[in-house]
Amino acid sequence: MIETKDIIRFTTAGSVDDGKSTLIGRLLYDCHQIPQDQIDLVRRISERKGSSEIDLSLFTDGLKDERAQGITIDVAYRYFTTEKRKFIIADTPGHLQYTRNMVTGASTANAALILIDARKGVVEQTRRHSFIASLLQIKHLIVCVNKMDLVEFSKEAFDQIVSTFQDFSAKLAIVDVQFIPVSALNGDNIVHRSENMPWYQGATLLHTLEHISVANELNHIDFRFPVQHPIRVDNELVQDYRAYAGKLESGIVRVGDEVIILPGNQASKVKSIMGMNGPQMEAFAPQSISLELTDELDISRGNMIVKPNNQAEEVRQLSAMICWMSSQAYIPGRKYILRHTTNEVKAMIKSILYVYDMKSLKRVEEQTALQTNDIARVSLQLAGPIYIDEYRKNKATGSFILMDEQSNQTVAVGMIS
Amino acid sequence: MSYRLNYLEELEAEAVFVLREAFAQFEHPCILFSGGKDSIVVTHLAAKAFAPGPIPFSLLHIDTGHNFPETIQFRDELAARLNVRLVVGKVEDSIQRQTVQEESGPNANRNRAQSITLLESMESFGFDAAIGGGRRDEEKARAKERFFSHRDAFGQWDPKNQGPEIWHLYNGRKNEGEQFRVFPISNWTELDVWEYIQKENISLPSLYFAHQRPCVKRKDTILAQSSYLVPHDTDELLDLHVRFRTIGDMTISGAMISSASTVSEIIAELKEMNQSERGNRADDFRSESSMEDRKKEGYF
Repeated sequence: MIETKDIIRFTTAGSVDDGKSTLIGRLLYDCHQIPQDQIDLVRRISERKGSSEIDLSLFTDGLKDERAQGITIDVAYRYFTTEKRKFIIADTPGHLQYTRNMVTGASTANAALILIDARKGVVEQTRRHSFIASLLQIKHLIVCVNKMDLVEFSKEAFDQIVSTFQDFSAKLAIVDVQFIPVSALNGDNIVHRSENMPWYQGATLLHTLEHISVANELNHIDFRFPVQHPIRVDNELVQDYRAYAGKLESGIVRVGDEVIILPGNQASKVKSIMGMNGPQMEAFAPQSISLELTDELDISRGNMIVKPNNQAEEVRQLSAMICWMSSQAYIPGRKYILRHTTNEVKAMIKSILYVYDMKSLKRVEEQTALQTNDIARVSLQLAGPIYIDEYRKNKATGSFILMDEQSNQTVAVGMIS
Repeated sequence: MSYRLNYLEELEAEAVFVLREAFAQFEHPCILFSGGKDSIVVTHLAAKAFAPGPIPFSLLHIDTGHNFPETIQFRDELAARLNVRLVVGKVEDSIQRQTVQEESGPNANRNRAQSITLLESMESFGFDAAIGGGRRDEEKARAKERFFSHRDAFGQWDPKNQGPEIWHLYNGRKNEGEQFRVFPISNWTELDVWEYIQKENISLPSLYFAHQRPCVKRKDTILAQSSYLVPHDTDELLDLHVRFRTIGDMTISGAMISSASTVSEIIAELKEMNQSERGNRADDFRSESSMEDRKKEGYF
């Protein structure tokens, strides 16, 4: 089983009180992934609160303040494993002011799980979360219509929500949307098939998660190798070894391949590839390797190694969608440090083309301010070149962060398009 | 060739990437080495990340003075085998300096004091980042940790004000005097660690494997008998066949009755077992949020 089991990363989003923590708790509980001592602890807390049933949401609510407020305030990561897969959940808060956490959770996800309260239907938050998932190019969306027990497991209620959602999601760039009617509280269609909804012929949530294909998301065409740092060894065991450590962000490379180093367009050939278990003849994304070249070149952190016939685009200006993450508003004219792969350049926002009104998801032009959680299309001026692909083609070479020089904080994240 | 990584290979590639980022972004990072399996795995990954060169980090061990002798022996042998510099910060020295006050009372231990000694050691050795074996699945507070986790000039963690960490663009920028903690195996579970240990044939302190030893049974916890333990009236002294699931001080590391004496037997036992990893750590059970409180103070 070790040989074939892969990892799927998914993020969860929902509004306040739509039962997201309960749903994750239910998923873990029904997969027998919660140790008995934790179950006992949560049972004791539930009883102290006057509940005769075990409160499944308590398994995932982490920090002290959250327990006090009864809400989730930061991205929390959860893990579970079945015979088929290892799952990494980025559990993100559903509050308006924490949109940035949803963006964070969505950035590494293969799939997004969106919760809808069956009584309330598609609400503003649902649209916003789906929009963010689409913006971050998440390929698979799983919409769980929760609390079906409170609408008498009605097919009509479910169909109505599916229809409303589809009208709206047709405009989004999501390839695959699946709808599942569930009751997280009672466990219907989470791990076990519901007996209360014989009209639903689809898969349970767990089955859906186990069978989503993530293989085709790896780009094995465009070789992109951002250099993390050089490795130089010259001792009694190894003489005059000089290689470049990094992770293949995409593509495949083989010993003997011709390569180009950006910037500078110097040409060389791959002399050797050091992998995790010694030398190897080829490497593919997302392996971490060290690449040795046939020529002695001046290559340092931030350089990118590509192939002559398939290069990343050199730019000094960018058009990008950014999410403003800082609690401090954007100050026009301020300079930032832009990190793109392992490279850093100074950058400034030249113009704000439009900002999304997160209520209507409509573009608002002629804005000059950016506040926390704002999503905007901007153009950036860079102090030096970077080597990019569009985000929809390559997440790693199409994304960046902006860091404030004085506070050191990551103030914004961007997707190049 | 299938061009697919299985989950252990993917976790390994991710951890190596994080270790290399730590090397590139900080001036003087160290590996915080506890002698436990997680920091041993991190050290093993560091050896791979910079091969065929040596590990470019020192190992920093915070010695409470209450360690198992097996841990200390293993630590010294590992450092010698990998030819890596080992530096030790001693809680005893902090007590002498009176920056730490020894706990008293029946459950006295030096676990909390470690936080202070760690900060003092990082300052005196000039480390600006400590790479550790913390995993998000260990405990609720750790579930919210970043790979690159900022600490202010007092070593404090501010869980409500953590910077966003997005894609794998880690921001290690900091002001003078501030530090980072780096967690390359954040996404690994306990079982992943053991399966990796098996795959890579990584050697571990003998404490992890079932052995016969004199123990103290205190309520539901089994502790190794040692001179560091303050005796209780109700203690039962027993000779038991045990192993340790996590290794900290002798005063707090709970043993479990076990016959698992190989890595594969431990993996089989773990899959059967229904207790959480730190369920036997006396230090975590002082209150529901004791880990979070200690982390805010600078505990690893």
